[in-house]
Amino acid sequence: MVVYSDKAIALNRFGLGARPATWLDADPRRWLLQQFERYDSNPSVLAAIPDGTEVYGGYVAIRRAAEASRAIFGGMVGGGLSGLGESGSGSDDTAEAAGAKTRCLSRTTRFMAAGAMCTLLGNNSFRTGEDVGEAARKLYRNAVEARTASALTSETPFIERMVHFWSNHFCVSVDSVPVLAFAGAFERDAIRPHVLGRFEDMLLAVEQHPAMLIYLNQNISVGPNSAVAVRRKQSGRKALGLNENLAREILELHTLGVRTGYSQADVTELARTITGWNVGPIGVQGTQGFVFKAQSHEPGARTIRGLRYAAGGIAQGEAALRDLAMAEATARHIATKLAVHFAGDKPPQVLVDRLAAAFGKTGGDLAALYRVLIDSPEAWVPQPVKLKSPWEWLVSVLRGVGAMQVDGLDVSALLQQLGQQVWKPGSPAGWDDQATAWLSPDMLFRRAQVVQQLVGKGAAELDGQGLDVQGLGDVLLPGAISMETAAEIRDAPDRTSVLSLVTMSPEFLRR
Amino acid sequence: MLQRRRFLHLAGTGASAAMMAPGLAFAKRQADTGQRFVFVIQRGAADGLNIVIPHADPAYGQMRGTLAIDQAAAIKLDGMFSLHPALTRTAAMFAQKEAAFVHAVASPYRERSHFDAQNVLETGGAKPHEIETGWLNRLAGMLPARDPQGVALAPIVPLALRGKAPVTSFAPTSLPAIPADLLDRVGRLYERDRELRAAWVSAVETHQQVHAAAGGVSPARLGLMAAQFLRQPGGPQIAMLESAGWDTHGGQTSRLTAVLGSLDAMLGGLREGLGSAWANTTVLVATEFGRTVRANGTGGTDHGTGAVAWILGGGVNGGRVIADWPGLRDADLLDGRDLRPTMALDGLIASVASQAFGLDPGEVAHVLFGTRPSGEVLPGLVKPARV
Repeated sequence: MVVYSDKAIALNRFGLGARPATWLDADPRRWLLQQFERYDSNPSVLAAIPDGTEVYGGYVAIRRAAEASRAIFGGMVGGGLSGLGESGSGSDDTAEAAGAKTRCLSRTTRFMAAGAMCTLLGNNSFRTGEDVGEAARKLYRNAVEARTASALTSETPFIERMVHFWSNHFCVSVDSVPVLAFAGAFERDAIRPHVLGRFEDMLLAVEQHPAMLIYLNQNISVGPNSAVAVRRKQSGRKALGLNENLAREILELHTLGVRTGYSQADVTELARTITGWNVGPIGVQGTQGFVFKAQSHEPGARTIRGLRYAAGGIAQGEAALRDLAMAEATARHIATKLAVHFAGDKPPQVLVDRLAAAFGKTGGDLAALYRVLIDSPEAWVPQPVKLKSPWEWLVSVLRGVGAMQVDGLDVSALLQQLGQQVWKPGSPAGWDDQATAWLSPDMLFRRAQVVQQLVGKGAAELDGQGLDVQGLGDVLLPGAISMETAAEIRDAPDRTSVLSLVTMSPEFLRR
Repeated sequence: MLQRRRFLHLAGTGASAAMMAPGLAFAKRQADTGQRFVFVIQRGAADGLNIVIPHADPAYGQMRGTLAIDQAAAIKLDGMFSLHPALTRTAAMFAQKEAAFVHAVASPYRERSHFDAQNVLETGGAKPHEIETGWLNRLAGMLPARDPQGVALAPIVPLALRGKAPVTSFAPTSLPAIPADLLDRVGRLYERDRELRAAWVSAVETHQQVHAAAGGVSPARLGLMAAQFLRQPGGPQIAMLESAGWDTHGGQTSRLTAVLGSLDAMLGGLREGLGSAWANTTVLVATEFGRTVRANGTGGTDHGTGAVAWILGGGVNGGRVIADWPGLRDADLLDGRDLRPTMALDGLIASVASQAFGLDPGEVAHVLFGTRPSGEVLPGLVKPARV
C-alpha cells in the first residue's frame, strides 16, 4: 500500500515532481504558499515565443506573398490560412499581385527582428501552402520545448501546474495550421499572467486571443444585421452569417458547464454579443493580435439568461462574459474541476462545496481558491488519489533525473507517442482529468517504451550531478517507496533498469 | 429443426428439458461460427444529408444552398438517394449488396452537446451519464467467454467498449522494443496493484501478438489491423474503430470530402483484411447526431438531430437505403432546423447486433439498451451465419 508523506504530496501532487537536489522548506504548506510571491508569469525560457501580433503579422506577409507568387509562378496558395479569413474582404486582384510581392518583402524584412516566425521567412519563394504549415509547425515545436523547459526549471512548480490546469480548461486544439502558430502565444499571454488573478480577467484574455477566436470560428462570425452583412446582401454576393461555436463552448465548457440551465436562445444571443471579436491587423501594439471589428457586430440589445445588455460595441460582449464569470454555476463548475485535479477522480463533495463558496465569496479570486486547496485536508490524503497524465508523468521523470533543459529530446514527438500531444486534445473540452483517460494497456506500455529512450539522457544527467541512481526512488518519493518496489530496484541488473523501475512504479505513476 | 439441434446440444451438457425456456433458444452459442462485429464511431456529428443524399426530395437543393451536392457527381443508390462521391469503395460494396444505409435515425438524446450525445451513443442510456459502461461491452458479454472479447484500435478503450467483459486497446507505435526481462520486472512491480497489473499483462500480450507498424498509420492500415485481430482463431469477436473530424461548422465541402475519403479507405482496409471472414462480419457506422438542414453563415452546418447509420458486411442484406423519410420542407423539420428522426438508433443497433450473432432480439435490446420492444425494429438486415 502506497503512502505519501506531506513532503511527497507537496512535491508531487501539488508540484510537478521532485528534483534530486530539491530543497524543501520544513513546512510543505509554507513552501507552497511562498510560491505565490515568487511566480514569474513571463520567464526567460518563454521569451522566444512570438506574441499574437507578431504571428498575425507573419501570416499576412506570407499570404500576400503567396498570392503574389500564384500570379507569377502559378503555384498553390497557403491552404492553412482558410480559417484566417477576414470577413468582408474579397480576394486580391492579380493585377495588384506584383506590387504586393515587393511590398511584402520589405514588410518581411521589417519583421526579421520581431521573432521566430519571421526568421523562418528567409525563403521568400512562397509557392505552396506547405511553407505556411512548415513555419507553423516549427513555431509549435519551439513553443512545446519552451513550455517543457519552463516546467523543468520552475522554482514555483505549484503555480506552474496551475498554468497547465487553466490551459487545459480554456483549451485550444492545434488541429489546424493557424492554431498551431498561435498556441504558444496563447498559453503565455492569455493564461500565464492571470493564474494568480481573477477568473473573469483570464476569461476575457482567453476569449480575445487569436488562438481561441480562430479555433472556434469566431473570426468568421458576422452579425446577420451588421453593416458588413447588409452590404454583402446588397451587393448580391454570398451572405455572411453567425457562427455559434465559441459562444456555445463559452457556456458549456468555459463558464457555466453543461446542462446548467442555459438555452439555445442564450447561445445565439451570446454569439451575437461577441460578433466583431476578431484577429488583429499588423502594427497594433499591445493587442496580442485582437481587434474589434464594429462593422461585423450585430446591432441591438441582447438578453442572456434573463439579463439584458444594452446595444453597444465591444463592451456588450465583455459585460456578458463578466456576468457569466460570476454565475453560481461557474463557481460550481470550476470548484469541481479543481477538486478533481487535487483530490481524486470522484472528489469529496465537501471540498467542492468549500471551493465553490470561496469562488462566490471572492468573486473568482484564483489565489484565494488555491489557498483553500492548501488548507483542505482532502487534498492531503496520504494514499495516491490521481494517476499522472502523460504530460505530468514525463515532466516528473525529467525533473526526477534533474534535467534542466530538453536538448536532444523531441518532446513534442514523445508526448504524441504517450497519447497527449501538447495543446492537441482534439476537442474544446480539453483532456479528461480522469484515470480512465490514461489507464489503458497501450498507454502504460508506451510509458515503458518512452523511458527506454530517456534512460541514456537520464543516466548522464545523474552522473553529471554526482547522484546515485540506486537511491533515486527514496530521494524523489521520500518515505513512499514500498518494500516490494525497493526490492525490485535493488535486484535490477543495470542503471537503465533502475530508472525504468523507479519511473514505472505505482508510487511514481500516481500522485 | 434448429431448436431441436440446440436441445440435443444442451442435453449433452447436462442441461435438463426444464431449462429449455423460449429465451434460451437463442442464448449463448457454444461453437465459434466466426461471426464478428465492428462498430465505427464517427465523432463530431457526421452530416448524413450530404453523405446519403435525398436528391429526389424537392427541398434538398434549396435548403442546402451552396452546400448541396451536385446530383450528377454523386453515386446513385436508388430512386431517392445518392451517395457522396468520395465513398467509392463503400459504393462498390453497396452495388454488391454488402452495404445498406438507414436514414433519419437518432438516439433518445435531443440536446445538441457532442459530449453528452456521445455518452448516450456509447452507453446506450436514455440520458447522458446514466450508465457507466458501454453497450458494445455488454454485447461482448453475451458472447462466449474470451479474453479479450473486444479490441479497440485506439490509444485507450472508448466508453462504448468499457465494462465487465474483458477488452483491450491497441494503437500502433514506432517506439523501441523493451527487453523481455524488463517486461517481467515491471510486471512484478504491479503484483499488488490490481489496476496497473491488468493493464500491463494485457499490453504485453497484445504487443507480442501483433507486429507494430512503423511510423504513422493510414486509415486503410487501421482497418487492416482491426481485421487481423478479428481473424485470429479464438480472438476477439468485437472491434471498435474511431473516426474523427466530422464537426463541419465551416468549410464543409472540402472537409467532408476529406474525412469521407479516410473512412472509405478504413472500411476498404477492413474488408480486404478480413478476406473470407468478411462473409460473417457485420460493421455498424454511427454518429451522435446529424447536422442542421440549412447551411449556417460560415459554409458549414451546425448541430442537428436525424442522422445516417451504415451497415456493411458480407452477410448483410444490402443494396438498399432504409428510411421513413420525414421530408425537408420547413414544416417537416424538427425545431424548424433539423432532419426529423423517424427511427430509433438503439432499436436499429439491437436488430443488427442480434442478427449478426444469432441472438434473441428481445434479449439483446434489453441487455444493451434496457428496452423491451414489442417487435423487431428491422428484421432481415443481416443474413444468418453460414455454419
